[in-house]
Amino acid sequence: MSENVYIIGAGIHPFGRTDGRSGREQGVYAVREALADAGLEWPDIECAYGGSAAAGSADIMVNELGLTSLPFTNVANGCATGGSALVSAQMAIASGMYDLALATGFDKHPRGAFNAKPSDYGLPEWYGQTGMMLTTQFFAMKIQRYMQLHGISRTTLGRVAEKAFRNGTKTPHAWRRSPIDLDTIMNAPMINDPLTKYMFCSPSEGGVALILASEKKAKELGALHNGGAVKIAKVAVKTRPPGSFEVFQAGVSVEEGGKPTVLASQAAFEGAGIGPDEIDVAQLQDTESGAEIMHMAENGFCKDGDQEEWLANGWSEHGGKLPINTDGGCIACGEPIGASGLRQVYENVEQLRGRAGERQVAGRDGNGPKTGYSHVYGAPGMSAVAILER
Amino acid sequence: MNAPSTALAPIDPQLWSPGEPPHLMGGKLPSGEIVFPMPQGDAANDVEPHKLARQGTLWSWTSQDFLPKDPYEGPGSGENEGPPDFEPFLIGYVELPGQVIVESRIVDATLGDLKLGMPMEFCIVPFNRSHSTYAFRPVQQAEKSA
Repeated sequence: MSENVYIIGAGIHPFGRTDGRSGREQGVYAVREALADAGLEWPDIECAYGGSAAAGSADIMVNELGLTSLPFTNVANGCATGGSALVSAQMAIASGMYDLALATGFDKHPRGAFNAKPSDYGLPEWYGQTGMMLTTQFFAMKIQRYMQLHGISRTTLGRVAEKAFRNGTKTPHAWRRSPIDLDTIMNAPMINDPLTKYMFCSPSEGGVALILASEKKAKELGALHNGGAVKIAKVAVKTRPPGSFEVFQAGVSVEEGGKPTVLASQAAFEGAGIGPDEIDVAQLQDTESGAEIMHMAENGFCKDGDQEEWLANGWSEHGGKLPINTDGGCIACGEPIGASGLRQVYENVEQLRGRAGERQVAGRDGNGPKTGYSHVYGAPGMSAVAILER
Repeated sequence: MNAPSTALAPIDPQLWSPGEPPHLMGGKLPSGEIVFPMPQGDAANDVEPHKLARQGTLWSWTSQDFLPKDPYEGPGSGENEGPPDFEPFLIGYVELPGQVIVESRIVDATLGDLKLGMPMEFCIVPFNRSHSTYAFRPVQQAEKSA
């Protein structure tokens, strides 16, 4: 059983810091935006999936949205919370059980790096006590090794961040909306070598909501003909295979294994029946500059080491052959964990519908992108990929 | 870093073997695979404690340049302490050939000294006022100071 599933409504609460508005309220704001976008009312929604990492249960949103008795499932999947909510909503419709579903995510984190508890990740206490329980160290050590093995320069790391801030200036929902030049990025205080302060994203706040519909319902609402619908070609979520190197890992196998991102990417391309060279716009997890670089290769868009040439030539800029992180990504938007993966999908929906305003990508024929790819990675080693088509 | 390692209690009594010379403790799975750290609780069933090699090669590294939040217990984490009391440190992964790649503090080195694949040696170092922890240091450096 697999009905075609469409996204017919997309809403976002601007990312960043919104004092006086809870994470959940930002989620509710996004749901109302998505409903208005789809021309629907809350009672029309038949089932919902959503979550946050640090801002409470999503199902409480019915207090504000309305007590319609719909089944509302809380999703708690770390950085993949949004991706898992999307997959759940997609399956609910693909199964034929529902015609309209909501996928939502929101968050509100305290300032500074995330502080995870070792026991929550099955790790002994000493791991946290001695200062190893830091996601930023993992990202630094993964890119440090990658740079040595594949000849990536520090300047290339800087260029990724420079692009993110430049794209953020064109994005109403971005947090960082001022450009930062390469020198400032390169000379900023070091967080974890080789990554400086401006190469990292920060925990932030925000909310995203997407409304999914069956083909029948999308047709009935006119969304298939008025440019309001984008088809989900494939969504794939994968957890880590043996021998992989992931965040919060005290011991790594000497036998080099697979990567969850590679698995999710391959499954998504296979399911969508297209290849990386057919993608027109991509949103790749850029927790920091190094992550975007490595994820370009892990998702199949270039070979290891080719990123040096890509960034020097601007191939991942708005006007390049594959625009990447067109809204500034995590670096410019910050990372509200529950909402972050859905923001990437939101951005692709807007790009594919030609509604991305100043940051609109032209696409191959000048009529906008026809395919969009999004990828989120998170602890303890999982990746979610969504390919959209119009 | 000159205080005798025996004056401080290990941050975890099972992390390395007692006696001289100390070895980091891993576990041997029924499949023969070596893991680190030694699993605890039910996950330790059928896993044999296994002494890890004291020498390996540098697999990756970074610096920790900001004060980690709770549950960090190193310098700067105390009640009346803060970022000015924090001492930045190096951290990395060391490949113990044929066994496992372990995450560890790196001591007796600067960022500029570190190279992929360089030989590293296990050691015990002071961590805070009451505890010691494990680390690796460049082999050459270790010989010089011995």
